[in-house]
Amino acid sequence: MQSESKSGAIRPDMFTPVNRDSKQSEKIERPRLTAWQDIRLRLLSNKLAMTGLWIMVVVVLFAIFAPIFSSYDHFTNDLSNTNQAPSKEHWFGTDDLGRDLFARTWKGAQVSLFVGIVAGLIDLFFGIIYGGIMGYYGGKVDEFMNRFAEILYAIPYLLVVILLLVVMEPSLTTIIVAMSITGWINMAWIVRGQMMQLKNQEYALASKALGAGSMRIIFRHLIPNAMGPILVTLTLTVPSAIFTEAFLSFLGLGVQSPVASWGTMINDGVKSMTIYPWRLLFPAFFLSLTMFAFNVFGDGLRDAFDPKLKT
Amino acid sequence: MIRYVLKKFMFMLMSLFFLITATFVLMNAVPGSPLQSEKATSEQIQKNLEAYYGLDKPLIVQYGVYLKNLVQGDLGISMKKKFQAVDKIIGDSFKYSLKLGLVSIVTSVVVGCILGIISAMYHRKFLDNFSMILAVIGLSIPSLVIAPVLQYLLAVKIEAFEVAGLNRPMDYVLPTIALSAASIAFIARLIRSTMIEVLNSDFIKTAKSKGLAGHLIVWRHALRNSMLPVVTFLGFLMANVITGSVVIEKIFAIPGLGKFFVESVSNRDYPLIMGITIFYAVILMISRLLADIAYVLVDPRIRISGGKAGK
Repeated sequence: MQSESKSGAIRPDMFTPVNRDSKQSEKIERPRLTAWQDIRLRLLSNKLAMTGLWIMVVVVLFAIFAPIFSSYDHFTNDLSNTNQAPSKEHWFGTDDLGRDLFARTWKGAQVSLFVGIVAGLIDLFFGIIYGGIMGYYGGKVDEFMNRFAEILYAIPYLLVVILLLVVMEPSLTTIIVAMSITGWINMAWIVRGQMMQLKNQEYALASKALGAGSMRIIFRHLIPNAMGPILVTLTLTVPSAIFTEAFLSFLGLGVQSPVASWGTMINDGVKSMTIYPWRLLFPAFFLSLTMFAFNVFGDGLRDAFDPKLKT
Repeated sequence: MIRYVLKKFMFMLMSLFFLITATFVLMNAVPGSPLQSEKATSEQIQKNLEAYYGLDKPLIVQYGVYLKNLVQGDLGISMKKKFQAVDKIIGDSFKYSLKLGLVSIVTSVVVGCILGIISAMYHRKFLDNFSMILAVIGLSIPSLVIAPVLQYLLAVKIEAFEVAGLNRPMDYVLPTIALSAASIAFIARLIRSTMIEVLNSDFIKTAKSKGLAGHLIVWRHALRNSMLPVVTFLGFLMANVITGSVVIEKIFAIPGLGKFFVESVSNRDYPLIMGITIFYAVILMISRLLADIAYVLVDPRIRISGGKAGK
């Protein structure tokens, strides 16, 4: 600085005018993205989440098609081929009744995924209705409904499920019903929080001013805008439901033989793991892999919806 | 503060009452008497048995008697375990579960905090990514998979540990790992995200600019402020230890409460199921209440009046 001022006075030709074209300065350089495109971009660039997504896709495809194309089924006993190690014939080996473990593993995947997804959807359905009404109306309605949910929530989830299964016939339907009785509360609270935030936004007020009914505002305007956290909660509900099913089947309260489930297979596998470890390892591996995939995808989805959360 | 605690306590009692009533109704809704067995008993013996358990009285009287005994700490008599009192069974077995549970909780908090701190300090570097992937894996592999796999690899194959039992300090290692994996992962993620936030806050910058060494900043300033969410985590931690112990005590043949719970469920021993359910529920609710209180005590910024501290 000092040396420059010494070398001479400031002359006008040392300066060039700034381009003051207002059209240029207002130009948007980057392509316009809607919120959903933005979310998709963030999700696609998250490698871990995409790995999770691909694992999910592969597991689902195998669960659907492997039992169809396998030359064995999950329930036929073959007492001349019991406890076979994995081989060309039986890819994952066989169990103590000679049933093909490859077929059983994927039948188990069907059961686990079915329970996970149906339980998730039921939670979604009741959670949205209950939470939506609770959050939108607020005041006395909210107070009352919230108290009810709190009382129900304080009762430990797994105890309720176990109690119900003790007194009801064990079956897939029973498991799902039992899981849904208290499972929806979390979703309801998420929706409630969103509703309270969104209901005073301009578009909701505008809709109200135009004479829309409460139900229309809740389900046409507010719920679609709250879809982000709802989806994230849904993806994280599925692995916990899969876990609960495995846990219950492990305790002998879940699906009953000959239907396979990862939980029952692990339970059978534990009994014979010293001699036939593959009977434990295959269902254990795929159960963990599926839960891992749902968890990382759910995490990625949450980060994609709310980049502020990701630090 | 006192009003807040009292209010929470009232809700806890309501939930508990709800649960006890529901359990009682469910257990009595099961067709057939739990006293019937394969062995033919004379009518007189059957009547005497029913009188012994109070089953000859009308349901509402039974309910009243059960509630009255419950308040006095009497949970009834087991129907399958040679007329042992339920509270005695719980008392005898709970000490094993308690020891294992405490070891597991301490391990979870310590290891979880260390992993979380390392992650936060080496944010977006190798160590961070590594421990976070480890955390997702820990969250994804259910205890009913970790326990038998550890047992198979470390106790059966290498024989480094006892396969089952809980007699020497070394015996705690495998069950503790299996029981704590999920909580460690959860705490590590929690600590990491709050710690990163705290490390970016102004008071840390002040500490840095006055020349405090890096590790001192973490220990003196950041950690204390990052511990808050862990306090609210107590409820989840207890629930996790209890559900985990049900599976793990079964796998490692530990004569704890979880093992008796599984047994009572498969034996359909209704008084024992009810007793353990209520016992578990009380523990969980109390730890949730304590977590709520601790949260308010630890962080004066939380508004108590009307605010819902950590659901």
